[in-house]
Amino acid sequence: MKLSIIYNVFVRDFRKQKKRITLTLVALGWGTVSIMLLLGFGEGLHRQLNGQRKGMGENIIVMWGGESSIAYQGMGKGRPIYLQQEDIEYLKRKVPQLKEVGGEFSRWGVRVERDTIVLQEHVIGTTPNYRDMRNYVPQMGGRMINDRDVQLRRRVAFLGWELKERLFGAEDAVGRQVMVNSVPFTVIGVMKEKRVMGNYSGMDRDKLTMPITTFETMFGHRYLNNMVYQVHVPEDAAVLEEKVFEALGAKYKFDPTDDRALMIWDTVATAEAFDNILIGIKMFLGIIGGLTLLIAGVGVANIMYVSIKERTREIGIKMAMGARKSYILVQFLIEALIITFFGGFGGMAISYILTEAFKRVPIESDVMEMMGRPTISLEIGITVVLILGIMGVLSGLFPAMRAASVNPVESLRYE
Amino acid sequence: MIDLKDVEKTYVTGTVEFKALKGINFRAEKGEYISVVGPSGSGKSTLMNIIGCLDVPTAGEYYLEGRPVIEMTSNQLADIRNRKVGFVFQAFNLLPYATSFENVEVPLLFAKLNGRYRRRRVLEVLAQVGLADKVNNKPTELSGGEMQRVAIARALANEPDIILADEPTGNLDSASGGEIVRIFDELNKLGKTIIIITHDVNIASRTDRIVKLKDGLVESNGNML
Ligand SMILES: Nc1ncnc2c1ncn2[C@@H]1O[C@H](COP(=O)(O)OP(=O)(O)O)[C@@H](O)[C@H]1O
Ligand SMILES: [Mg+2]
Repeated sequence: MKLSIIYNVFVRDFRKQKKRITLTLVALGWGTVSIMLLLGFGEGLHRQLNGQRKGMGENIIVMWGGESSIAYQGMGKGRPIYLQQEDIEYLKRKVPQLKEVGGEFSRWGVRVERDTIVLQEHVIGTTPNYRDMRNYVPQMGGRMINDRDVQLRRRVAFLGWELKERLFGAEDAVGRQVMVNSVPFTVIGVMKEKRVMGNYSGMDRDKLTMPITTFETMFGHRYLNNMVYQVHVPEDAAVLEEKVFEALGAKYKFDPTDDRALMIWDTVATAEAFDNILIGIKMFLGIIGGLTLLIAGVGVANIMYVSIKERTREIGIKMAMGARKSYILVQFLIEALIITFFGGFGGMAISYILTEAFKRVPIESDVMEMMGRPTISLEIGITVVLILGIMGVLSGLFPAMRAASVNPVESLRYE
Repeated sequence: MIDLKDVEKTYVTGTVEFKALKGINFRAEKGEYISVVGPSGSGKSTLMNIIGCLDVPTAGEYYLEGRPVIEMTSNQLADIRNRKVGFVFQAFNLLPYATSFENVEVPLLFAKLNGRYRRRRVLEVLAQVGLADKVNNKPTELSGGEMQRVAIARALANEPDIILADEPTGNLDSASGGEIVRIFDELNKLGKTIIIITHDVNIASRTDRIVKLKDGLVESNGNML
C-alpha cells in the first residue's frame, strides 16, 4: 500500500515536472558522453600506439658493428668491428641472462621472380627466434623458418605480407615456388600483418626471409648486418648491455666502455620515453576529463539548486497535507536514482553507439587509423555516472531532507 | 476537543530568541465557530499552526481530543494533519504544477485511499465549493477566489472535524472573500469545528466566539470585539 502511494505521488509529480527533469537528464547524460568519449579516444590512441610499438618486438636491442674509438691492448683506434654468425651462439653462452639472441644478413635489390613477375626485393637471412623476438608471426596455414631449415640450409622463404601481395596477389602462397636469384625457393609462410612504429633496415612487410645459413651459402656474406637480442624485463637492459660489450670486447679486443665499437639501438629506452609521452597524454586527457566532469556536476547541482525553493515549498505543502517524512525522502531518492540511471546509462549507451559508429567510418587515412579505435570503458562510465549522480543527489536530496525534517511551517516560509 | 494550557512558543533566529506566544490558554468544543483576531505580530498564525500540528509548542500542554500532542511522533503529527484537521492558508499553498483535481487529491493519496474512492471524493468536494467546472485547471488558470476554494476542497477531502483558516480572505477582493466566508458558514452548519484568523470585523461578527490576541497572550475570549 505504501509503495503505491509513492508510486502515485511520484509518477504524477514526475510527469508534471518534465522540464526540470529533462534538463537534469540532459546535463547528466551530456557530461557522461563527453567524458567517456574523451577518455575513450585517449584509451584507443594509447592502445593503438602501444600495439605499434610492440610490432617490432618487445624489449629488444638492435646492434651492429661500429668502429673502435679507444686504443685497447695495443690495438689502435678507428678499427672497424664486424659481427659474425658465430657471435650469436657466443653471446648466448657468455651472457645467459639474455632471453634470446639472433642476427641477420641482409641484401637489397635481389631478383625475386614468380612466373612472369620479376621484382627487385630486400632479402634477409635470419634465425628462427625472429618469430617471437621480432614478431615474425606466420599467418594461418604457414610457418616461420625453424631450426631444421637452418641446419639443413633449406631453400625456404617466409614472405612479408605486402611482398606476398606483389608476388601472388590474393592467391595462396604457401607451398608455391619463387625464384631468388634464379634459385627456386619454397614459400613456407606469410607474415601476419602487424603495425610497426619505427624500423631498421627496411620494412618487415616487404622482406623475403630465409634461413641464415641458406643466405650465407647463397650470397657468401661473412658479416652480419646486425644482431638482435631480447631481455626479459626492461630493467635488465642497461646491465646486460654492459655484459654484451664485455663479451664482445673480449672477443674483438675493444674497450668494453667504448660505445663507438658497437652501435646500439635500445628500443627499451625508446619505449620508456614513449611511455612517458603516453602517460603525459593520458594525464592531459584526464585533467580535461576531470574539468568536464566538474562542469557537468556543477550543471546538475545547479539545476537541483535552482529548484530548491520551489521544492522546499512543495515539500512544506505536502507535509502540511499529512505526508510522512519517509514518503518525501523515498520520493526524492527514487527520482534521483531514476534520473541518474537514465541520464547516466543513456549517456553511456550514446557514447558506445558513437564510438562504434566512428570505428565503422570507412575513411582510409593514417589519422583515422590512429583515432579509429576509441575504447570506452564501463568502469569509467560507471564512475562518471556515480560522481554526477552523487553530486545531483547531494545538491537535491539534502535540501529535501532538511525540508522534510523541519516543521511544515518552516518549509512553507522558506525564501 | 482542542485544549491548550499555558502554551508558549519561542522562535530562535540565530542567537536571537523571540517569544511569540507567552502562555496561551485556549479551548474549543466540537462544532464551534471561532474567529481569532489581533494586531499583526500578536501570534495568531503561530497559535493556529500549533493547533493544526504544523508546529509544536516550546512549553505548555496541548490535548487534541484528549490526546497529548506534545508526546506525538512526527508520523503521528502527519496523520493528524492528514485526517483530523484541514488547513486553509492566506497564500493558498497549492502545488503550482498540479490541476485542481490533483491538488485536492494530495491528502487522499497520503491517506492511502484507493483510486476510485479518491476520484469520487475529489469531484464531490470540488462540487461542494462550486468548482465542478474547474477540475482540470491549474492554479494559474484560476482566480484568487477559485484558488482558495480549491484549497478549501483540499482541506475537506479527508473529512476532518476541524477546519483552520489563517486569513483565508486576506488576498481576496471582498466579493470572493464573501463567497469563501459563506462556505465556512455552511461547513459549520454541517458540524465542523472552524477557527478563522481574520482582520475583517464582518467576518468575526458572524462567528460564535472571538478570541483576541495581543503580544502573545489572549486578551479577551468572548463574543464581543
Ligand atoms: N519562524 C519564525 N521565526 C522567528 N520569528 C517568527 C517566526 N514566525 C513568526 N515569528 C514572529 O513571531 C511573531 C508572531 O508571528 P505570527 O504568529 O505570524 O503573528 P500574526 O499571525 O499574529 O501576525 C511575529 O513577531 C513574527 O515576526
Ligand atoms: Mg499571521
